[in-house]
Amino acid sequence: MELNVLMYLVPAIVMFGCGVYGFLTRKNMIAIMISLELMLNAVDINFVVFNRYLFPGQMEGMMFTLFAIAIAAAETALALAIIINVFRAVRNVDISEISKLKF
Amino acid sequence: MDYSQFLMMPQEIGLLTVFLLVFLYDTFMPERSQRALPAFTAIIFGLFTALTMCPCLAEGGQAFGGMFEANGATWAIKLILSVGTFLVLLMATKWSNSEFISVRRGEFYELLLLTLFGMFLMVSARHFLLFVIGLETASLPIAALAAFEKRRYESHEAAAKYLFTAIFSSAILLMGISLVYGIGGTLYFNELAMAVALDRSALLITALAFVIAGVGFKLSLVPFHLWTADVYQGAPTAVTAYLSVISKGAAAFSFLIILAQVFGAAYSDVWQWMLYALIILTITIGNLFAMRQRNLKRFLAFSSISQAGYIMLGVIAGNAVGMASLMFYVLVYVFSNLAAFGVIMAVERESGKTTIDDYNGLFRTNPWLAFTMMLAMFSLGGIPPFAGFFSKFFIFVGACQTGSVAIYVLVFIALLNTIISLYYYLLVVKAMFISQDDCVVPAFKSACGERLAMVLCVLGIVFIGLASCLYAGLNEASAAAFPAF
Repeated sequence: MELNVLMYLVPAIVMFGCGVYGFLTRKNMIAIMISLELMLNAVDINFVVFNRYLFPGQMEGMMFTLFAIAIAAAETALALAIIINVFRAVRNVDISEISKLKF
Repeated sequence: MDYSQFLMMPQEIGLLTVFLLVFLYDTFMPERSQRALPAFTAIIFGLFTALTMCPCLAEGGQAFGGMFEANGATWAIKLILSVGTFLVLLMATKWSNSEFISVRRGEFYELLLLTLFGMFLMVSARHFLLFVIGLETASLPIAALAAFEKRRYESHEAAAKYLFTAIFSSAILLMGISLVYGIGGTLYFNELAMAVALDRSALLITALAFVIAGVGFKLSLVPFHLWTADVYQGAPTAVTAYLSVISKGAAAFSFLIILAQVFGAAYSDVWQWMLYALIILTITIGNLFAMRQRNLKRFLAFSSISQAGYIMLGVIAGNAVGMASLMFYVLVYVFSNLAAFGVIMAVERESGKTTIDDYNGLFRTNPWLAFTMMLAMFSLGGIPPFAGFFSKFFIFVGACQTGSVAIYVLVFIALLNTIISLYYYLLVVKAMFISQDDCVVPAFKSACGERLAMVLCVLGIVFIGLASCLYAGLNEASAAAFPAF
């Protein structure tokens, strides 16, 4: 069976959707981070697949993916540092604990 | 590789030099001279800003195969952002020497300068890769800055909320860019414009919606604004001031460039209607929520949401006049908002108070601070002799130049909202001048950096509107830059 573009794109979109769903419903900050990683990686898959199947003559999508992975790593590092900070302040990583600032 | 193309980016290189000097000072100078670091940073950054005012830098050109472009308009907006950052640096002098901050004072300045560098890249980017790198460089360090006051719980909460929304919005933006890439096969703005003009696909409209949503988060347009008030309230006031004017101005300018250049004429009807709805929602909801705030920082957060709606009027115009009026609006907004934040910062540092009721009777104890705050509120509300009136006027004119009836209706709605906004801006003035209170903020002398910054802001508020050569210059610069799109 020949693999075509859709077989990569559909899982990528599903991954992105799962990420959005997880971001909106999860209460644990680590789980939120995982959901965000899902979203970012879905984008990476998109770029690579578009590059490989639609524009095989060039490398722009691949290059973008490399940079996007590096940026995602930086974001994760920063997020973990901030989660640790929050944990030190409230002894918890549940986002319902950090809701003092409100309307 | 041709290294002479680095000469196309004099402002970026100057800023990096400032950053390196601050970094070296922070690392190698002995403990006893560390207290001078804020003043040192402010002075060399001021020098850098003054040097880049030289109009010979306005010529510009392209670098890195067209990924980076400098022209008169990007020169002007970078200059405006530098002036704003200079004011923030002056205001933060006293705060960064306070007891719990001074340990990490160097990091504050380094991160602040790095985010500005990111914004410079974002403004000059003509390729989505450079744009994304600039955007992330501009937004990630701000999360670290928001978490700066380690002893205050609110600071952590603000940082967490800011970071999660920032990553979420960049994921959405990246999704949009990946779809655009799937259609166009390139990431250069000008090549994409040619590629997407040929066919009109539903996929591209989806991509457009993703891009607008992603940038809308950064600009805190309604309905993507939910993080704004919490982050503004929780972050240290210096960071809030920076976040509210500088990063908003940079994001708005690059948003205009992306919409006008990539999606340009072929899709203008699609994105104009999307923005149309966003602007009405942003201005109205920002105004209505601002009315019920008691905390001044939250109040200014909602006021800045509504101001972002006005800035978007320059984007929806999508022409050279819109671009010039957008830059002028950002310039005026820098001075008026920073004047308000300067007063808030001084009062908060002295007494720890931030609600509107705490400002009752401020005029009797601190007349100059109350006067500065009054001018800032008048300018933000758009009362005639002050700069805010002229910036609103020009942005309405820019939007009306498109000539469509729908835009006239939009401008009318924006005008009605200006009247609503006068109500809550004047509430602050009323508290300071008319209301009585038993526990007034006692009289105090503000620090010399703060005073200098506030004097500059007041001068800006009073004179920028009258100095018509400024607007004429911006107009000329953007008219020259616009045909390049």
